[in-house]
Amino acid sequence: MSIPAPSSASAVDVRGVSRVFRTGKGQSVTALDDVSLTVAAGQFVSLIGPSGCGKSTLLRLIADLDTPTGGEIHVFGKTARQARLNQAYGIAFQSAGLLPWRTVAANIELPLHLHNVPRARRAERVRELIELVGLADFAASFPDQLSGGMQQRVAIARSLAESPGLLLMDEPFGALDEMTRERMQAELVRISAETGAAVVFVTHSIPEAVFLSDRVVVMSPRPGRIRAIVDVSLGEVRGELLREEAGFFAAVTEVREALHLDQAAPARGMDLR
Amino acid sequence: MRATIRSNLRAVLPPVLLGLLSLAAWQALVVLADIQPYLLPAPTAIATQLGLVMPVLVPALIATGTNALLGLVAGSVIAIVGALIASRLWIVDELVTPVVAAIAVVPIVALAPVLTTMFGATSETPRRVIVAIVVFVPVFVNTLRGLRQVLPVHRDLMRAYNASNWQLSRTVTIPGALPYVFTGLNIASSLAVISAIVAEYFGGLQNGLGSRITSAAANSAYPRAWAYVFGAILLGVLFYATTLAIERAVSRRPGR
Ligand SMILES: Nc1ncnc2c1ncn2[C@@H]1O[C@H](COP(=O)(O)OP(=O)(O)OP(=O)(O)O)[C@@H](O)[C@H]1O
Ligand SMILES: [Mg+2]
Repeated sequence: MSIPAPSSASAVDVRGVSRVFRTGKGQSVTALDDVSLTVAAGQFVSLIGPSGCGKSTLLRLIADLDTPTGGEIHVFGKTARQARLNQAYGIAFQSAGLLPWRTVAANIELPLHLHNVPRARRAERVRELIELVGLADFAASFPDQLSGGMQQRVAIARSLAESPGLLLMDEPFGALDEMTRERMQAELVRISAETGAAVVFVTHSIPEAVFLSDRVVVMSPRPGRIRAIVDVSLGEVRGELLREEAGFFAAVTEVREALHLDQAAPARGMDLR
Repeated sequence: MRATIRSNLRAVLPPVLLGLLSLAAWQALVVLADIQPYLLPAPTAIATQLGLVMPVLVPALIATGTNALLGLVAGSVIAIVGALIASRLWIVDELVTPVVAAIAVVPIVALAPVLTTMFGATSETPRRVIVAIVVFVPVFVNTLRGLRQVLPVHRDLMRAYNASNWQLSRTVTIPGALPYVFTGLNIASSLAVISAIVAEYFGGLQNGLGSRITSAAANSAYPRAWAYVFGAILLGVLFYATTLAIERAVSRRPGR
């Protein structure tokens, strides 16, 4: 559905973007200040930074759920708005955002349903996705019968439903236990490699960012700026063994140092696992 | 199956027992304290009357029940459609909401004599109009509140999927508002019966429960009046239980 325009190689192109929130009585919060970032097609990029540094805001701007107060955003060579209208991305929010009156299967089916995919194709795709996130036994359950982590997996399956060329994910693994988390990470790496999707992935976990990403974008708080971009070149195949390698630890250390440039103590809201 | 019957029994038995016990206590009180029927007739006297008035009670139930039902349906439909429009168009919201607040504080049944004069004394319409107006308020207010409950994350999600306004309503707003709609309907179903009966106190046709109660009381036939009151209670319970049953059937969600 989302073939990148031939004129541009990049999935996401953020140029000098700022977002200032007016909070009333002449006060304002600068959530993002002059942020520039390019994500190549098929590339996996993580955003990491302390709580409140504007990660969710940046993701919402790329998704055209919010508009920047300055700068420009292009997705596959089109304006963010046009890209949204063309359904160029799939998105998973920080809170799962499932519809409580729909079953797991119906929640995953939602985007296909909204876009009038024929019933038979829908059913088949839902079966694949439910299998993928390991919830086959819960297809007919309702969200309030699932744990938080299971709900997140449903939201992830939903974001993958239309095999988008770009995945926007806001801390999708935040509510998962360590084991499920590592399994989902491996799955996500596999999915993004298989589908060739570019991923913009928000996380609080340094090892997670390093394990998943081609590049880790380290942000600083208020006003949100990009402090450093760490290239993680750990090769195409990311097995579990990767977590034991020297290159992995080197990248983890590099990200950690970039995060704590200005202070000895770890930043608040930072997960150092 | 056995288990559901047993759990139903367990739910039904205590109130039924309580009811029977209070009836027995009532009977004992009337007999032992020798209370006059115009103060409080004995349950057995009411039961006897119930048997006697049955041929009149049934048509009266149907007449009042029809008024309550038609008014309830009309008022609820208008209220729900109105709330849908008000939730979409702020101008309608600004105009309608104060009017609804005004309606809410007016004793609507006081309109009964006026409407009876307007539509003529042989028309059922004034009563149905009164029921519809009374019912409108709780349904409108609750539905509108439900329609405003859309979570920001759901709004974002539907925007990300470029869903149309109609799709947003059908997949998010309306299903989310349903529990609120039923809260309104539950209140409305009892109000419908009450207002249909009270509207009859103000003249017009003499075929319903309300008129029967007043004429029996006027003739000092207190046990008979109480028999009609019993009929009114039955009607109220029927309306309330039906709304509850519809709510159960519509919200397939378990655990609610
Ligand atoms: N709608 C809004 N109105 C006003 N201020 C906002 C709004 N949304 C975000 N902000 C502010 O912008 C800043 C960045 O918020 P954002 O949600 O992007 O942070 P985040 O990096 O995602 O944090 P977390 O890791 O805790 O999710 C915060 O200071 C927040 O208070
Ligand atoms: Mg966030």
